[in-house]
Amino acid sequence: MAPPAEVLAVRGLSKTFPGVRALDDVDLTLHPGEVHALIGENGAGKSTLIKVLTGVYRPDAGDIVFQGRAVSFATPLEAQKAGISTIYQEVNLIPLLSVARNLFLGREPRNRFGLLDFARMNREAEEALGAHGVRVDVRRPLRTLGVGAQQMVALARAVASEARIVIMDEPTSSLEPREVETLFSVIRRLRDDGIAVVYVSHRLDELYAVCDTVTVLRDGRRVHHGRLADLDRLSLVSTMLGRELGEVRKEGLTKFTGEHHATGSGPVLEARGLSAPHKLHDVSVSIRPGEVVGLGGLLGSGRTETAKAISGALPTSSGKVTVAGVPLRAGSTPAAIRAGISLLPEDRKSEGIVPGLSVRENISLAVLPRLSRFGLVSEARVDSIVDTFVERLRIKASSPQQKVGELSGGNQQKVLLARWLAMNPKVLLLDEPTRGIDVGAKAEVQKLVDELAADGLGVLLISSDLEELIEGSDRVVVLKDGAVVGELNGDEVTEDKLMRTIAGHAPERDAVGEAATDG
Amino acid sequence: MAEAALRTVPLDKARILHWLQTYGVYAGVALLLVVNVVITPHFLSAENFRTQAVQVAPVIIVALGMALVIGTEGVDLSVGAVMALAASVTALYLGYGLLPALLVVALFAAGVGLANGALVAFVGVQPIVATLALMVGGRGVALVLLPQLEDLRNPSLASLGSGDVLGVPYLILIAAGLALLVAFVVRRTTFGRQLLAIGDSRPAAQLAGLPVRRVLIVVYVVCALLAAVAGVLATARLQASDPTSLGNLMELSAITAVVVGGTPLTGGRVNIAGTVAGAVLIQLLTATLIKHDLPPSWTQIAQAIVIVCAVYAARGRGKR
Amino acid sequence: MTATKTDAPVAPAGRGKQPAAGEPAGPARSERVSALVQQHGALAVLVVVSLVASFSFDSFATGDNVGNMATSSAFLAIVALGMTFVIITGGIDLSVGSLFALGGVLAAWGSRHGTLVALLLPLVVCGAVGVVNGLLVARSRLAPFIVTLAAMLGARGLMLALTDEGAETYLIGKGSFLAELGQGTTFGLGNPVWITLALFAAGAVVLRRTRFGQHVYAVGGNEDAAALMGAPVARTKILVYTLSGVLAGLAGALNAAWLASGVTILGNGMELEAISAVVIGGTLLTGGLGHVSGSLVGVLLLKVIQNVINQIGSLDSSYQQVVSGAFLAVVVVAQTWLGRRRQLM
Repeated sequence: MAPPAEVLAVRGLSKTFPGVRALDDVDLTLHPGEVHALIGENGAGKSTLIKVLTGVYRPDAGDIVFQGRAVSFATPLEAQKAGISTIYQEVNLIPLLSVARNLFLGREPRNRFGLLDFARMNREAEEALGAHGVRVDVRRPLRTLGVGAQQMVALARAVASEARIVIMDEPTSSLEPREVETLFSVIRRLRDDGIAVVYVSHRLDELYAVCDTVTVLRDGRRVHHGRLADLDRLSLVSTMLGRELGEVRKEGLTKFTGEHHATGSGPVLEARGLSAPHKLHDVSVSIRPGEVVGLGGLLGSGRTETAKAISGALPTSSGKVTVAGVPLRAGSTPAAIRAGISLLPEDRKSEGIVPGLSVRENISLAVLPRLSRFGLVSEARVDSIVDTFVERLRIKASSPQQKVGELSGGNQQKVLLARWLAMNPKVLLLDEPTRGIDVGAKAEVQKLVDELAADGLGVLLISSDLEELIEGSDRVVVLKDGAVVGELNGDEVTEDKLMRTIAGHAPERDAVGEAATDG
Repeated sequence: MAEAALRTVPLDKARILHWLQTYGVYAGVALLLVVNVVITPHFLSAENFRTQAVQVAPVIIVALGMALVIGTEGVDLSVGAVMALAASVTALYLGYGLLPALLVVALFAAGVGLANGALVAFVGVQPIVATLALMVGGRGVALVLLPQLEDLRNPSLASLGSGDVLGVPYLILIAAGLALLVAFVVRRTTFGRQLLAIGDSRPAAQLAGLPVRRVLIVVYVVCALLAAVAGVLATARLQASDPTSLGNLMELSAITAVVVGGTPLTGGRVNIAGTVAGAVLIQLLTATLIKHDLPPSWTQIAQAIVIVCAVYAARGRGKR
Repeated sequence: MTATKTDAPVAPAGRGKQPAAGEPAGPARSERVSALVQQHGALAVLVVVSLVASFSFDSFATGDNVGNMATSSAFLAIVALGMTFVIITGGIDLSVGSLFALGGVLAAWGSRHGTLVALLLPLVVCGAVGVVNGLLVARSRLAPFIVTLAAMLGARGLMLALTDEGAETYLIGKGSFLAELGQGTTFGLGNPVWITLALFAAGAVVLRRTRFGQHVYAVGGNEDAAALMGAPVARTKILVYTLSGVLAGLAGALNAAWLASGVTILGNGMELEAISAVVIGGTLLTGGLGHVSGSLVGVLLLKVIQNVINQIGSLDSSYQQVVSGAFLAVVVVAQTWLGRRRQLM
């Protein structure tokens, strides 16, 4: 029988979406005053679990027992009213409204005429925030506050609604170190008040600083749970990634041949000192023709931002990019494309494919101006290019006229690859090229990357699949919290070294480090 | 067994809905034609067809431009004002000849389109407000240039408005020609493809290096030019320039035709044939009601119902 | 709205976009400046233009002229009041012009059956249209633009049907309470003006000091967050469209009282005038920000411009439209630029 002190007991929770088991028989237990870390890589099931707990999804199987009673929330509002509050990575409040109004939305104090009592509202807001160590003018619009303060407001609101559980989803991703400290002191106070906290984050240092217990999810299953103090960082990382220490798989599950094709000539792409507030801190990467450079790091380490900064899609506050020795105008996607840079974005669905257009139209989208004469599309040339790539990449569609939105993930990815290959790029930036696609397509894409490198293309490879990253890259640049913390060359490119570099780096954010290859 | 039956039921409903969305407007036109053949005397006469076609031609032309704009997820409320502007400018410059007058009209219209496009693409103003401002200002300029109705006596203009080729009025030929041209542009030109991509997913279009701003500006300029053509033709038919009332509520008719014709307001798809059919549908509906002595008020109410049904049915097809 | 969120064109504003963290003092100062400009810019312009006009034209600052301007702008103002609520929730109501005309006709027709009917009938019928608008927008999730467009056509059709296709103009009896309401004066100012002021005062209180008002701002500011925070999004939307309908009907009824008849050709383009006034007054079309006082200023500004152009005499009255259009464009551009700067701060 469950100990009476539990505030939340989740048993056997499962949730399946078409084609993927997001949660598979997951258990979770929370006690009052417990700060519980919930971690896992992308696709591990963290966000699904939270969505089930907060009433966004209904589970397919399993029970949730909250404060001794079985519950099933139909909407987020119900969960909130029951006592489970959530603060999200992106502050989910009303930016244009004042701080006090945000805090009290839905429960504003009224005077005897039934009208809002602003004086009381402002006063109580100040008190509530003051208790969290935040002193701001509560009459100002929320968005004039720094993000840290905004998160505090969200937190104060969550707590004020008499929550027994507060879920924090990546709460520090945009916070300054000072604000993070404030957040931690609030969490400690919550703990003292007997409120349970579920803390979702990738930042290992934070987890160790404030959490008591941990649950690790991988591929929808709970693979570890227990006291955080009993688990050292390296073990934590290896559990998250599913790699046994020291295990070296020579045969590998990837199709990378392991050959290196980098020529001795100068780099085809050189990015120096890329910085963007809160996202990148002085990141530098260089790629030689034929070389595959991997960007390693946990989620949120700045890999996607680096790729976008290089291709002009992310505005940078400083930094320089040169392609084949020619400097590139910053912040302009067309300029980058003209220079020979092609980016395969991480978010295939909203930034990659144009779902309503056909396979043919998607593939020819970027190269269209080159295939047209006087603005008229030369259908023959389009057909020829489309057929070439459909064959070479083995794109499976009922016909080139089929709408891309209807294809499988793997084929959509191939369509995107075709789009960029049709441009004959010098540098290919691949952000999670095999995420969410079936095994067969994965293998094909990996083989293709090898071929492209052999042809002399420079490739930047971002992948959360460690094997793919290790076996596909000639060199790996390791990022953490938006800065470069190490670089692995040649023989150093192993899972072991990579994990140590990720896990072992010191918590200072501004230390663009020496490669910490020894953890 | 019961499970299989249950599964086929929603499938049929989905299929019916899908069919309605794609072909509903044509079915509506066909239905109205049949109904009219039965109950309206002299419906099947060349005279009648010609009258109907001439009345619907300007709406079709304006709706073509509106369809392009809506394809980019925008809207253009200034088309009626541009029609009025075209009428005024025509009256003022007709003295120099029809061709010079038309050139000046084109200049004015392009100016309006440029303003709309610049506001939307460069400043980032919402299309509804940007084109609203141009609508108010545009009609004002039209009225300033020509405060009241003026009869126009110009043989070229007259023949444009009332002349015909083999019995088919110029108006209809021009409308048909433009419809084919616009359909061609949408399907076969780089510009057309880029327009659809931008309307379907602007982030994807941007990352693919498409000239988003340029395309948007061109779209609004084209829309204004088409509205100007409609304005000139309407003026030619009236043989009078009437900026006070020309183009009144035309933006609504155009939007109705586009929406009823199956082009989604969320952008990414442009159905030219449907737009034409939509305009014809509304025209037939109005004509049917009028021919049977039903008051104009019924027409408006009927239009309102048709719009709501069309949008309601198109709901499921949106991007989200 | 067409294509944004849910529905409208791609707006530059990003929900939940954070300003750069830094010393709060910096962003706050320029934030305050731009907020001031946004809110009171129209008022400043109104004051300046009025002052210049009083000095330039003898007949501008007379009691008669001012009184006339005030009374004639009262009706648009009442419509703009309702529009303000709708726009703050991020929506739009194109049907108010038709509802205005419909309200006038219903009031005139109803005056035969007594003042109560004359006043209640427009409110009930136009309110009902508003409810339908609200339901289609909130529950069926159709774009407000299209829904209210259809309502505009339908309401006008209804009005035409009631007046024998616009031929019949019902008259309001002289000396009836209704006529007195519309044409009489109290303490020198026309009654409609007092009614307008009272409505605006009430509207301001409702918007700023009731929970409903907070919900209106919340829904417009960030609809998803508002839902998560427990605000009754659907109900709020339905209420604002109903309110807009009722106020448009009331404005029409008062206008009919003023004219002593239910004129059927009115209201054309009024919705766009109302939107212009609201936007000029500082309310964001994307929702979440705005004040009723701004809309009042916007209406007055439009009227003053109209009046000034009339005073000039030699200028055609269509210049009004040109100036109004230009004004709207300038205001919106300024709003967007200020808004973008705030995003990047």
